[in-house]
Amino acid sequence: MSTDRLLEFDDVVARYEPVFGLETHVELGTASKMFCGCATTFGAEPNTQTCPVCLALPGALPVANATAIEDTIRIGLALGCRIATWSRFARKNYFYPDIPKGFQTSQYDEPLCTAGHLDVEVDGETYRVEIERVHLEEDTGKNLHVGGATGRIHGADHSLVDFNRAGIPLVEIVTRPVPGVGAKAPEVARAYVAELREILLALGVSEVRMEQGNLRCDVNTSLAPVGSLEWGTRTETKNVNSLRSVERSVRYEMRRQAALLDDGVRILQETRHFHEDTGSTSAGRSKEEATDYRYFPEPDLVPIAPDAAWVEQLRAALPELPAARRARLREEWGLSDTEMAWLVNADALGLVTDTVAAGADPADARKWWLGELSRRAKDDGVELAELAITPAQVAELCALVVAGTVNDQLARQVLDGVLAGEGSPQQVVDSRGLAVMGESDELGAAVDAAIAGAPEVVEKVRGGKVAALGALVGAVMKETRGKADAATVRRMLEERVLG
Amino acid sequence: MSTDLTRLDVTGLRAALADGSTSAVEVTQAHLDAIAARDGALNSYLHVDGETALATAADVDRRRAAGEELGALAGVPVALKDVVVTDGVPTTSGSKILEGWRPPYDATVAERLKAAGTVLLGKTNMDEFAMGSSTENSAYGPTRNPWDHDRIPGGSSGGSSAAVAGFLAPWSIGTDTGGSIRQPAAVTGLVGHKPTYGSVSRYGLIAFSSSLDQAGPMTRTVADAALMHEVIGGYDHRDSTSIDAPAAPYVEAARQGATGDLSGVTVGVVRELGGDGHTDGYEPGVLAAFRAGVEQLRALGAEVREVSCPSFDLALAAYYLIAPSEASSNLSRFDGVRYGLRVGDDGSRDLDEVMAATRAQGFGPEVKRRIILGTYALSAGYYDAYYGQAQKVRTLIGGDFASAFADVDVLVSPTSPIVAFPIGQRVDDPLAMYAADLCTLPASLAGLPAISVPCGLSEGLPVGLQVMAPAMADDRCYRVAAALEAAQDAARGGRFLDQLAARS
Repeated sequence: MSTDRLLEFDDVVARYEPVFGLETHVELGTASKMFCGCATTFGAEPNTQTCPVCLALPGALPVANATAIEDTIRIGLALGCRIATWSRFARKNYFYPDIPKGFQTSQYDEPLCTAGHLDVEVDGETYRVEIERVHLEEDTGKNLHVGGATGRIHGADHSLVDFNRAGIPLVEIVTRPVPGVGAKAPEVARAYVAELREILLALGVSEVRMEQGNLRCDVNTSLAPVGSLEWGTRTETKNVNSLRSVERSVRYEMRRQAALLDDGVRILQETRHFHEDTGSTSAGRSKEEATDYRYFPEPDLVPIAPDAAWVEQLRAALPELPAARRARLREEWGLSDTEMAWLVNADALGLVTDTVAAGADPADARKWWLGELSRRAKDDGVELAELAITPAQVAELCALVVAGTVNDQLARQVLDGVLAGEGSPQQVVDSRGLAVMGESDELGAAVDAAIAGAPEVVEKVRGGKVAALGALVGAVMKETRGKADAATVRRMLEERVLG
Repeated sequence: MSTDLTRLDVTGLRAALADGSTSAVEVTQAHLDAIAARDGALNSYLHVDGETALATAADVDRRRAAGEELGALAGVPVALKDVVVTDGVPTTSGSKILEGWRPPYDATVAERLKAAGTVLLGKTNMDEFAMGSSTENSAYGPTRNPWDHDRIPGGSSGGSSAAVAGFLAPWSIGTDTGGSIRQPAAVTGLVGHKPTYGSVSRYGLIAFSSSLDQAGPMTRTVADAALMHEVIGGYDHRDSTSIDAPAAPYVEAARQGATGDLSGVTVGVVRELGGDGHTDGYEPGVLAAFRAGVEQLRALGAEVREVSCPSFDLALAAYYLIAPSEASSNLSRFDGVRYGLRVGDDGSRDLDEVMAATRAQGFGPEVKRRIILGTYALSAGYYDAYYGQAQKVRTLIGGDFASAFADVDVLVSPTSPIVAFPIGQRVDDPLAMYAADLCTLPASLAGLPAISVPCGLSEGLPVGLQVMAPAMADDRCYRVAAALEAAQDAARGGRFLDQLAARS
């Protein structure tokens, strides 16, 4: 679909220095909307969560959601921001059907939080991303374009607007431009969003489900020739809605812009759409002539003057933040930096933590989540957390292994049962009869059968080739469908063959 | 029926309803009859629903007969300016763009009046979106002044003033952004009070200029105004700018004032509003009536002194930047998407064209003028010079008031420099029209309470005297106005509006 010429990434970073920046919108998880009492449940029937205020009926007035203000300040504190002592909402005026008042109530030159930073780690290196501001605003409604092939407004028969989303509290987190990261730019951009997401989860301010649009990124990218003192013209890729897409969009824009610059073509300051399917971007609205939003202080809302003592209380009550938590767990679990990084990259930290909390040994918990369970998630094309098994069940499985009830091979069969919805690990062991066989008559019979079935092997063993015993062990294991303990089987075979 | 129920003020009506000498249905019917007989000439109402009004009144009568507990204003009719959103009752704000819209909710003011047991007679005419001083900017035709049908009833609450002065409602709700309660009250011989900004909830008032709009009473007596203010005022959690603090009792202040004793009260006469060297644009008859009023205050025991508020000279310019700026944004919601008029949506036009056509056809010329002014004033590159400077002027005006109130208890001025002018005289001269607000703008910009009370006639037409007080000291307005009213009534031997009633 895309006809853009792209330069090889290695060539891009050899000749150009990228600068990126992110504007991240986070829908807060408050029970009610930003300026009215309407519910915020995701996926409700269109226009069932609306009232005179969020439909902007004549005469209706906004009242600010105190929880949303508190959440925004907590986000600012977690990002090391300065919290304003005086902050105001402002009106951003423009016409569009999904913005019922004809303006978005946002913040302009008096945001709640400014001047913070977030350190992110990529391949063992720490990169500091400076935060310009964190401000509070409201989400727009959603336009649904009916008819036409693309779902976009062009070619549509008619359009419908769902105002359920209109007025949901939205926090915008704006970074300063991030220069000097070279080839790591795509990964640092991704790591920033990933770390931000972890922080938001730790704060409990949002569900941060990117697939539901709880967290949406606009990614700015520009290139300048290596050694240049000036930055290049940037493009803004809108609504990039997964971690992978953040990385891909930066990489794509770098490659696209570099090819143009190589040809001496000027980069247009414009917004661009990101296409998940192809990983490419396409031109949107030109920003060469800036829209005049005619911002002015919102006269319907009183200014916010957060009390310093209250802000300090909020700071003191912040939960342990992800970076600190990782450092602590790494220490407690005795992991190397690399091992910790694997856990984080696999999105398994929370799962392992919960599994440990449910009683498992950290090493065992890590082994299952990063090993067998990661393989299965990959095979099924789902996220680790989406597997039909809970950390508590993994802990139970670990306990069964430790107790010797099952061995590793049987444990995998137990997993099959749990993932198939057959119940808890113990229930699967019971129903499938997966417990390890003791030194029983049944096992003795299987051992005798193996000896009787392979006289030539028995001869070899007796002739001194003890290693050949392995074949007999294998035969017994096969006969017992893996339920026997291999060491036990070997001992019984030795007794009976070598006597 | 010996007495004409439409001639009673609310105090009189409540007494008559309470002692059983009349019923809510009788009172309502009397007003509906008067409207049917005379509003064809005045055009004070945009919407009257007699059936619902009579049903509400009958319900009050039934409950009264059953001995049920009734609201403080049970059975008292009221008219609401059409800027007040009313559940199920058409609300247009005087504009074609909202023609036919029936709101699904009540403004706080409407809700509180309903809860007090009032009977809604109808919605009154107004300048479109409250932009104007003559009601000539209504999309539904001008309203006429009961004192002289060829003259304007003031504005923007001209339907409310004409209805009450014309005995088509015992009282009404108006809204005031730059003088839209006080000026129409003054030119029709009524009492009109603009409360302290934040004293009365703005929830459900169709916004013109959010930082200035206030609803308030338009009545025939100061006591009625105080009573209505107590019913509609007070904190409302739905309006973030609503003041959550107790107010002094207004009715008590009016009662105290009516005793005619103003000793201990210091009254400041604002030089910049009609005083020496500042009489340009003021009619001599207006100034004469005003000065006579001031002398009466002195005779009642008030200490009177002149006060200078130099920044008031900048009020007009600041107002005509701030109000249009906010209006340009407030009126953006009228885009034809969710309610009201939609023009040109026939499949041949795109979204922007339909929005533009809707607004082009739905808004009148004065509204467009102010949207354009405000859009310009808020534009990048002009914001600081216009909106920003105007806000500074606002601070200066607040400072002048603060200095003045360090020395005096209230400030007084004429309410309007002129009496009601002939319909059509100023429609082609917006600046001359804007000058009608000269005296009322400073209190608006500072968010202070101000009342207009009749103080005489000039060329046979009413003149109002304005009393301004510090924020949340609305009680001072009521006290001083009630004292002047009582003195004038005593000297005249009757109510101010009796002079009009005697003519018809």
